[in-house]
Amino acid sequence: MSTPEPRSHSFDASSILRSTHKHDDPVEPCLKVENLNLFYGKKQALFGINMEMPKKKVTAFIGPSGCGKSTLLRCVNRMNDLVDNVTIEGKILLHDANIYDKSINVAALRRRVGMVFQKPNPFPKSIFENVTYGLRIQGINDKRILEETVETSLRGAALWDEVKDRLNDNALGLSGGQQQRLVIARAIAISPEVLLLDEPASALDPISTLKIEELINELKEKYTIVIVTHNMQQAARVSDYTAFMYMGELIEMGATSQLFTKPTKKQTEDYITGRYG
Amino acid sequence: MIKSWFKSGSPWIWLNAAAVSICLIMVIGVLGLVAVRGVGHFWASPIVSMSYQEDDGQMKTIIGEHVDTTVTPAAMAKSTGYQLAYNEDVLIQYLIKTGNRDLTGSDFRWVQERHIKSTTTPEDMIVVERREWGNFYGQLTAVKENDKVVATGDKMWTALQERLHAVLELHDQITHLEKKELGAINYALEQLRLKQRGLELKHAWNAEIAKDFADKKAAYDVDYKRYQAQLAELHQQIRRDSLVATTESGAELVIPLAKIVEVTQPNKMGIFAKIGHYFKKLGEFLSEDPREANTEGGIFPAIFGTIMMVIMMSIIVTPFGVIAAVYLREYAKQGFTTRLIRIAVNNLAGVPSIVYGVFGLGFFVYILGGNIDKLFFPESAPAPVFGTPGLLWASITLALLTLPVVIVSTEEGLARVPKAIREGSLALGATKIETLWRTVLPMASPAMMTGLILAVARAAGEVAPLMLVGVVKLAPTLPLDGNYPFLHLDRKFMHLGFHIYDVGFQSPNVEAARPLVYATSLLLVLVIIGLNLAAILIRNHLREKYRALEG
Repeated sequence: MSTPEPRSHSFDASSILRSTHKHDDPVEPCLKVENLNLFYGKKQALFGINMEMPKKKVTAFIGPSGCGKSTLLRCVNRMNDLVDNVTIEGKILLHDANIYDKSINVAALRRRVGMVFQKPNPFPKSIFENVTYGLRIQGINDKRILEETVETSLRGAALWDEVKDRLNDNALGLSGGQQQRLVIARAIAISPEVLLLDEPASALDPISTLKIEELINELKEKYTIVIVTHNMQQAARVSDYTAFMYMGELIEMGATSQLFTKPTKKQTEDYITGRYG
Repeated sequence: MIKSWFKSGSPWIWLNAAAVSICLIMVIGVLGLVAVRGVGHFWASPIVSMSYQEDDGQMKTIIGEHVDTTVTPAAMAKSTGYQLAYNEDVLIQYLIKTGNRDLTGSDFRWVQERHIKSTTTPEDMIVVERREWGNFYGQLTAVKENDKVVATGDKMWTALQERLHAVLELHDQITHLEKKELGAINYALEQLRLKQRGLELKHAWNAEIAKDFADKKAAYDVDYKRYQAQLAELHQQIRRDSLVATTESGAELVIPLAKIVEVTQPNKMGIFAKIGHYFKKLGEFLSEDPREANTEGGIFPAIFGTIMMVIMMSIIVTPFGVIAAVYLREYAKQGFTTRLIRIAVNNLAGVPSIVYGVFGLGFFVYILGGNIDKLFFPESAPAPVFGTPGLLWASITLALLTLPVVIVSTEEGLARVPKAIREGSLALGATKIETLWRTVLPMASPAMMTGLILAVARAAGEVAPLMLVGVVKLAPTLPLDGNYPFLHLDRKFMHLGFHIYDVGFQSPNVEAARPLVYATSLLLVLVIIGLNLAAILIRNHLREKYRALEG
């Protein structure tokens, strides 16, 4: 295993992003990470991350286990706030507003930045109540609005046809793949701008995985998507941009086609050719 | 050989099985004993008439129910003063319930088996269950109306039953009038008096209000006089009839029907009549008030009090326990202080219950209750309202006693709610409190119910602290009745556990009350099982509903 490069040579993804697309359609960044350091107690887990995630595109984080890709993802909707002893330095800008600013309402932020987790986590309630959960939190109880949202969200998550006759059944009765799509429907029901997917298919069978991937392709029409995945083929299939992380550092980031074919760093090449990780 | 047997693990399996069997046998044994002794009490046993010759040669007859038999080895019997013949190995004695306490001074008598010359069960023997002096055993000779004999011979039994039926109805009417109607008037008058005193204390008492109050009082007085007149008439009617009976010694006794609960001829009853009688007695036991220093009659107020107290306790302990557990588990920073609090909570569960009783009496009753009285009930002084033991303080004391159980199991339930569920809720823009309220607490509710089940099981059987903070031997009124505000938390109440202690150890007639002790114990166990079953059903329902991502 090679030692990580010195901090000063840390990769600056934003410049690459710009250079790659200098002549293509202009990329409007939705999220910007600036100099992000994260510590669990005294142990540093993320080292000076700088990157941009373009709007209405899919950005994938790849890297070996423990490289900090999930941690970085969870910084984007401040899920790490829940962890004791965590210290975060630096900025994450959502449309030029720092989400770590003191004036930010975390609950409101999470409404704009939705998240889907590795293991499907539907609430032990009916399918209907699962999808409307976020709306009810916002105090929306109008039956008509709720019903409409349930239908559009479930359609959006490609689940409507499978569950439309049993909306009042317990969500835990669904299969794993259906549960994960339900969770996605639940997340898009509150119309977020960004959707964070933390290995959304890793607990699913190949067919469900395929459905989720197709879904991601459809969802990027409307949402900025950031996905963490172990599976490099998946990253290659679904993402527009890929970031490779290693030992808490961002090694390289670029357009997916470029990163997988012509990586600029040796570590990236080693990883995607399967020499370690 | 032995070594490999040990290695195979089967000795441990046998040991475990043996331990479980012993536990089961003991539990079933206790319940079985209590059930057999308690349930048998209501069976109409035959009345025997025994002629026996005492050591001095005198012939005597006794009649009564055979209750118990003891067998004493001859040597032991001789050493305690019995004179036995050389060929007798054992001394067999029968305990006979002879009743007629007003005539002979005692209810029970021991008879030595070797003295008995003959035993018969005459068909015309009657048992009179009286409101005073316990049972009467003897033979019916006549039925009287106003000191005039109206029926003898064959017709007297049916005549007696008819008249008794009418008298019992009158008795019900009298009780209803006294307890309900007059009770309500007395209660209203007392409320008026308190209101008047309250107004006087506030210097708001004036002639206008006085006139208003006087009018109200006058109205109540009119009602009161009317009911009194009705009562007097009913008393007149109920005193009219009586029965004449002879005892075993031939003495005649006149018993007014007004003093009788029931007259039966158990020796004439068939099996179905006995079964019917059994359930009637059981029903009376469950639904009536106790009589004769609790040794006779029913235990309804004790059942009612126990259940009321447990329900009140549950209502108080659940929110407190849940809130404390939520704070400890969800909000407090985990560290030295929370550890200290947890240790304290767990130790609280080990404090002897009488200590809670003392605390309840000292703090709740005297300090809290005393101050409540001073602040809110100055008109009642010097009589205390809440400054005296009562249902509220008993419930709160027991809530304190069972708080640790609820806290501990709620905390466990909260800890078992998967992190993924909380994150899912937070990721949808819910705040921490919304997540708790909408998702975490419902999912932890089965655990709360488990805590409550344990709390109920403990509280329903607790007696020691209650003796200090609200339970009494005999409560004249139930804590729930038809007088506004219906639920009287300041009242004292009766409790099955204390009732067992009182009847079994404090009553003047322990022998007569012994079956009641068993019956009451059985009932207490049944009440606790019932309360627990209710809670378990609710829990299982919740579990089914919130069967989350377990496994």
